[in-house]
Amino acid sequence: MSSLPPQPSTPLSPWGLFWKRLRRHRTAVAGGILLIFLYGVSLLAGFVSPYRYDHLDKERSFHSPTPVRFSGFWPAVERFRKVSDPATYEAVAGDLKPLKFLVEGEDYTLFGLLHLKRHLFGTGDPDYPVYLLGADQFGRDILSRVLYGSQVSLSIGIIGITLSFSLGMLIGGISGYVGGTTDTLTMRACELIMSIPGLYLIMALRSVFPSSLSSTQVYLLIIVILSFIRWASSARVIRGMALSLRERQYVLAAKSLGQTPLRIVVRHILPGTFSYVIVAATLSIPYYILGEVVLSYLNVGIQEPEASWGLMLNAAQNYQYLQDYPWLLAPGGAIFVTVLAFNFLGDGLRDAADAKAG
Amino acid sequence: MWTFTVKRLLHLIPILLGVSLLTFLLMSLTPGDYFTELAQNPQISPQKLAELRAKAHLDRPWYVRYGYWLSNAVRLDFGYSIAYKIQASELIFSRLWNTFLLSLSASVLAWSIAVPLGIWAAVHKDSVADRACSLIAFAGLSIPEVLLALLALMFAASTHWFPVGGAQGATFDLLTPWEQFCDRAHHLVLPTLVLAASELAGIMRQMRSNLLDTLRAEFVTTARAKGLPEGWVIYKHAVRNAINPLLTMFGYSLAGLLSGAFIVENVMSWPGLGRLTMESLSKKDHELVVASVVMATALLVIGNFVADLLLAWSDPRIRLK
Repeated sequence: MSSLPPQPSTPLSPWGLFWKRLRRHRTAVAGGILLIFLYGVSLLAGFVSPYRYDHLDKERSFHSPTPVRFSGFWPAVERFRKVSDPATYEAVAGDLKPLKFLVEGEDYTLFGLLHLKRHLFGTGDPDYPVYLLGADQFGRDILSRVLYGSQVSLSIGIIGITLSFSLGMLIGGISGYVGGTTDTLTMRACELIMSIPGLYLIMALRSVFPSSLSSTQVYLLIIVILSFIRWASSARVIRGMALSLRERQYVLAAKSLGQTPLRIVVRHILPGTFSYVIVAATLSIPYYILGEVVLSYLNVGIQEPEASWGLMLNAAQNYQYLQDYPWLLAPGGAIFVTVLAFNFLGDGLRDAADAKAG
Repeated sequence: MWTFTVKRLLHLIPILLGVSLLTFLLMSLTPGDYFTELAQNPQISPQKLAELRAKAHLDRPWYVRYGYWLSNAVRLDFGYSIAYKIQASELIFSRLWNTFLLSLSASVLAWSIAVPLGIWAAVHKDSVADRACSLIAFAGLSIPEVLLALLALMFAASTHWFPVGGAQGATFDLLTPWEQFCDRAHHLVLPTLVLAASELAGIMRQMRSNLLDTLRAEFVTTARAKGLPEGWVIYKHAVRNAINPLLTMFGYSLAGLLSGAFIVENVMSWPGLGRLTMESLSKKDHELVVASVVMATALLVIGNFVADLLLAWSDPRIRLK
């Protein structure tokens, strides 16, 4: 190691600097890698999960988690037998069944077009179920449902920020650039939306639509409602940035060239807000994840038999169940890990975008 | 200061009017009303139903009903709740008090722990304890309130140290005033802890970064150069300046606090405004929903107003602008 860092021959571009600072942020890198893993698993949920989300096994209601044992060096699971009737299970010592990889099981659809039957792992024998995280009231595998549920939770944030930040950027940019009555009216609307405590407004908006919707419809509805509330805060910040950006020379130049206001906003003003938008968007993804969780938990979100993390936590609201079958809280752990990863990444992005932090 | 106060106070009126109008409109768009379910009952004749609807003004267009509602609401009279069969004002104010109590105790707890912890972390920057604090803060920011509330319920159910949900015991009315107070306080502990835990992390991180920024300021260098003891420099000079931005944060954090209270109330059956909103939504008592939402908004905007006043009081540049 030399005492002086080597000087780069050409100065880095702003984005290059941004990446360099981001890579130095260890927790942000860890969060990013974790997220890539989670998204990968979520895309392949059908393949990775041993069962389908709606695989019922009424005989194994509240089956306890089956730990992975080893027979020789090969992973295996024990057979469990019911000890008493509502639901107490006990491992039968020595009765092991080796795990098989790429085992044939229930059919599923990958990426919406591939119809497959092979699963990453399983025993291939219905008498030896693999419930790594236990089973719920209907004997459905919790791990499989967590994986299928991740498709809801992980996509809802991405679609949500795309929608709300497009709205916020467009409305905020125009409002700041045009000014006058447009500006006053938009900002009053933003203030109105922001002065109602979030969940109260979400619930009021949700109740306008019938409660019996299909899960796909509810999914879209949740995104629209959450974005409808969230655009206001980003619009306000972007309006403030647009107010200062519109005085810049390059904007005046574009104006004197006779470009239309919309073009100036989209092509010249909004690019100046990108670094803020990327950071704020990453940090607001947890809002969408948690919003879906609360709505589904309160029974006005995703409906059975579909899987969603909030809906699965709803099964844990009976504290008698909670005491006897604590594995029902597994989706809560999944929410925690995902939100933590987003917070780590967002925090690193914020530091990297903040030039004065170096 | 007086003109500032009056100006900000007048600003609250259009917001509350707008919110009540918006919620009323949303509720009038909601499919069905309280009597939709009654219509299934063959024992109730359509004439009787029409009569009941007319009595609740439900046969009139929404703007007429809004007019009725508003003219009463300005006198803090929210009418008669058709779902609960009691005066809505009574219900609303008892729920409002519960939500206020929960939010207040959680805020007090969170702030009184977070501010000293943030100062301590900033002073011992980059020590092992500081890193541990920052990791715990990240965990606190990321743990969903639903999960935390469920864990608290699980804890209460397995240890029997705390009641499992609710705001008062079954024998509450038979107790002496002092026992009643203890009973309420006992019920308040777990919801407060859950709500404060999620607040705490954000405040601590903010306090830490504010103080770190201030410690880099030139007046701190000057104070050190004068030879003041380090404790004096930190607590007398830096901390006082670092606390100011927290007042702004207090205003911003209120919305999150009330949303958090909404979750805690619903998971831990704490009878506050959030729970009332969910109950009256499912019973389709729409005017009660409007009243709860407006009251929650009032709590938020008044809280913001208080934060603004505190800020103006501590920073003359704001009130003179």
